Amino acid sequence: MKAYVYVSLKKSVLDPQGKTIQGALTKMGYQGVEDVRQGKFFEVTLDGKLGRDAAQAEVERIAREVLTNPVIEDFRYSLED
Amino acid sequence: MAMKFGVIIFPGSNCDHDAYWAFKEVFQQPATFLWHDSSDLQGCDAVIVPGGFAYGDYLRTGAIARFSPIMEAVRKFASTGGLVMGICNGFQILCESGLLPGVLMRNKNLKYICKPVHIRVESTDSPFTHSLRRGEVLEVPIGHMEGNYYCDEATLQQLQKQDRILFRYSTPEGTITPEANPNGAIDNIAGICSEGRNVLGMMPHPERASETALGMTDGVRILQALVTSGTLK
Amino acid sequence: MTSPENAAITAEVIRDHGLTQDEYQRILKWLGRTPTLTELGIFSVMWSEHCSYKSSRVHLKRLPTRSKLVVQGPGENAGIIDIGDGWTCAFKIESHNHPSFIEPFQGATTGVGGILRDIFTMGARPVAVMDSLRFGPVTKEPGDSGRWQTDQATIHKNHSIVDGVVGGVASYGNCFGVPNLGGETKFEPCYNGNPLVNAFALGLVKREKIFYAKAAGAGNPVIYVGSKTGRDGIHGATMASEEFSEGSEAKRPNVQVGDPFMEKLLLEACVEAMETGAVIGIQDMGAAGLTCSTCEMGGRGAVGLEIELDKVPQRETGMTPYEIMLSESQERMLLVAEKGREEEVFAVFRKWGLDAVEIGQVIPENKMRVREHGNVVAEIPNEALTDDAPLYHRPVEPWVSPVAKEVPDGIKFGTKKDLTGEFHALLASPNICSKRWVYEQYDSMVQTNTMQGPGGEAGVIRIKGSQRGLAMALDGNGRWCYLEPKLGAMHAVAEAARNVACTGARPVAATNCLNFGNPEKPPIMGQFSAVIDGLTEACIALETPITGGNVSFYNETLGEGIYPTPVLGIVGLLDDTSKAVGSHFKAPGKAIVLLNENRKKHIDEAQVEFGSSEYALHILGAMWGAPPKLSLGAEKVLHQALRQLAAEELVESAKDCSDGGIAAALAEKGFAHNIGVDVDFASSGLPLECVLFGENPTRVLVSCDAGHVSRIQQVATNFGLAARQIGTTIPGNFQVRVDGNPALRAEVSALKESWATALDRALHSDVKAAAV
Repeated sequence: MKAYVYVSLKKSVLDPQGKTIQGALTKMGYQGVEDVRQGKFFEVTLDGKLGRDAAQAEVERIAREVLTNPVIEDFRYSLED
Repeated sequence: MAMKFGVIIFPGSNCDHDAYWAFKEVFQQPATFLWHDSSDLQGCDAVIVPGGFAYGDYLRTGAIARFSPIMEAVRKFASTGGLVMGICNGFQILCESGLLPGVLMRNKNLKYICKPVHIRVESTDSPFTHSLRRGEVLEVPIGHMEGNYYCDEATLQQLQKQDRILFRYSTPEGTITPEANPNGAIDNIAGICSEGRNVLGMMPHPERASETALGMTDGVRILQALVTSGTLK
Repeated sequence: MTSPENAAITAEVIRDHGLTQDEYQRILKWLGRTPTLTELGIFSVMWSEHCSYKSSRVHLKRLPTRSKLVVQGPGENAGIIDIGDGWTCAFKIESHNHPSFIEPFQGATTGVGGILRDIFTMGARPVAVMDSLRFGPVTKEPGDSGRWQTDQATIHKNHSIVDGVVGGVASYGNCFGVPNLGGETKFEPCYNGNPLVNAFALGLVKREKIFYAKAAGAGNPVIYVGSKTGRDGIHGATMASEEFSEGSEAKRPNVQVGDPFMEKLLLEACVEAMETGAVIGIQDMGAAGLTCSTCEMGGRGAVGLEIELDKVPQRETGMTPYEIMLSESQERMLLVAEKGREEEVFAVFRKWGLDAVEIGQVIPENKMRVREHGNVVAEIPNEALTDDAPLYHRPVEPWVSPVAKEVPDGIKFGTKKDLTGEFHALLASPNICSKRWVYEQYDSMVQTNTMQGPGGEAGVIRIKGSQRGLAMALDGNGRWCYLEPKLGAMHAVAEAARNVACTGARPVAATNCLNFGNPEKPPIMGQFSAVIDGLTEACIALETPITGGNVSFYNETLGEGIYPTPVLGIVGLLDDTSKAVGSHFKAPGKAIVLLNENRKKHIDEAQVEFGSSEYALHILGAMWGAPPKLSLGAEKVLHQALRQLAAEELVESAKDCSDGGIAAALAEKGFAHNIGVDVDFASSGLPLECVLFGENPTRVLVSCDAGHVSRIQQVATNFGLAARQIGTTIPGNFQVRVDGNPALRAEVSALKESWATALDRALHSDVKAAAV
């Protein structure tokens, strides 16, 4: 089983990297871009010893306690068999 | 009376020896290294969380270091009033550990910046600034990629109200301007202390400005304050 | 490159490995049989230009490599010199040009990583790095001879190369925790498509604690430490031995990724493991990876290493012996320990959280033996791969001047009386303007030893617990070597040594990085041979033997070679750091004295030489003539005089006059503290441009108390040099007269604005908008 965790900056927090990419895209002539937010993506391979519910709880704990800094970041995740 | 200083070594710390040298050789204080994997503070009177790239700054700066056994010991030490000073990466680790509020984000220009900056002393009510003058300006270098201090509005107001902002980036004349802010830190914050005033986190490196050979000596004023803080009790 | 092991060795396979038929015949002779594919791969990397120096070795032999201070010359991971008080320093410069074009950020990081490993495998803790960088133009310039065209798209690409390379150098060194003391960054159209990234590192080690990359003692265990082996970088060494073609950028997967955090742990763990006394020899796995370290360590000790690939830690599954042997995954070391004491070594690496695995042992035969699942997949005599690698006497075509000697039609000197406007433009030109944008991204202060960081004449560090210090500088002028290779090379040595001497240090040793085009072309070999002659002559005269370095050939894209670009790193000793001299004016009211060779130039000679200057190229848009003449004898005594002036504490600053001539040097000296000058030059019949912006070597500007002028003149006279007071420092204004007539007049702050912001402006110019 694999867990995919996406970490991004909270909407209220300025994302200078995203802004820079957005500026570059506009400069390069790409159309229709309104905003870019940069984030992190984690692919966590689980060893299968936990059941689905327990795995989900564990992944959520990992994401909240380790992978994000709650002062500036949010996360979401998905599980896939 | 001499104080004993403990300098933590995390995998990836690289200003550990610089801090050790400053306390041991420049200030002639007893000093020792503290290994990240141990929870023994060896009876130190003050703990230094040094600069560097603990765990390569992978994941986030300070994010992995905060889980090490030594940080658990430091949390306990701080909660009983023990003196803790985090410099640069040390500041980042203290924020991640919850010993200080807020977080250090990527510099607004997205680049690593190494240069001397000016900081204004905002409060002398701390063991780290008691011998300084409020409003005096010090020249101390920075060297970081993530020094852009950020916290929410409520936290900022609390820091201001409780006089916990110890240093702010300023012009050489002591004016707080956006141009004097090297990294985009909120309210030009360069260093803050904990509510108990015994934990300091600062981005500039006082140990890099502590000898004439290095061309800058204002860092001595900060380190001297800490070394003599025992007299406050 | 994942062909099965038993693949037939066809003519095509041989060619794909960059081996000639003659070379293949040699392989057959050495083995007495057909090689396996793994063996062919091993030969191809070890016999590549990058590893074997097959085109350069016959010439490199001419370089001086010895002196009383040299502890280790070329042939080891780095050269070592004795610096007194029981200390020695290990240092070297190396190129990482090809990877840095393909992937600028990672190419640069791994370049820095590689040179740092070369230093700490000798037992030395790295205490300084510097970089010499060459890029194509980042802004539209008048252009030089017309041979090179730089369009806007190329300029845009150059911006991203600069950004990536500088970011990569910064990211690696900063995380590792070694101060970057600067170096040089230059721009010329010939580096379009072929940037140069030359990284220098220096470390300190007590004399009795030096380690060598040498195996010994049959039965001793061979231990692998560091990162796991992946498929990255396979055939990096052969890539560095080919010209770039249209398809080169598709070689991206070949480029390795650097992990500075791992390197930092390796440093600490290796130094600690060496302290146990259980380590016999150690070498990093750089170019040609496990192959190179296995045969070289054995070869140096006249023994063999036998390894079992099943035990090599692997990051990917299903790797073939070929891939494991040729992988250039970074941050890996091979060491030989004393049998029975392995556990002491393992304990240290465990403490630092690193994998250390025994993968084989030392054998008495002088050969490398590689097994997989117990079966031998490669067995090659070490000599075949190292000492007996092919050696070529490539055809050398005598050098002919590529440009006319005479001043081009349409260029007239001395028609203007005031050149302030041109001076602003010169200060803002890419090769002269401030490189702050570059070096502020580097941690120049970590380790708290930096006495003079980037932006000065030379980098200076103190040695903790000692009065002593070290000064170091990198220099190389590709354009001058293009105009006259031998003379240009002599200038590279002289200028690097002069920069070191300005601090009060004694230049004592050198390392070189030789960047050239395709050695199979006789004119390129002609340049190379002439450059070696120049280096030899200058290094002998200035008593700075070459202790190591590297050669980078095939710096060509689409058939166009770069300028021949030797980069020299010179290290100097400071006996007393409290007497080190900086390069900036510190206060107004000081006397400014010009120290130089006691010789007048004829107007014709001055005009021929002016064609090689930055002013000619960037302001007049032309290149002609030859580099300035150089007297090595005068250069040598100038360095001695500077040392004496420093020792007697007579001068507050010293700076040589190079790019942009004496006018640029005077201005740059004042920028740090906003100090101007009031000076008057005698033209001696030369045009104004030559007086102000001519780039004669062997000239140093010093500032001092007025009371010291006569003593300085006395010292200079004793050395047969001229020392003339040309003016004084004043607050805030820059006033230069020639024969009493105002020639340059500006506020220092205005000149500084032109100089300080130019690179930033160039890199952030909106290229697209500019193109419209």
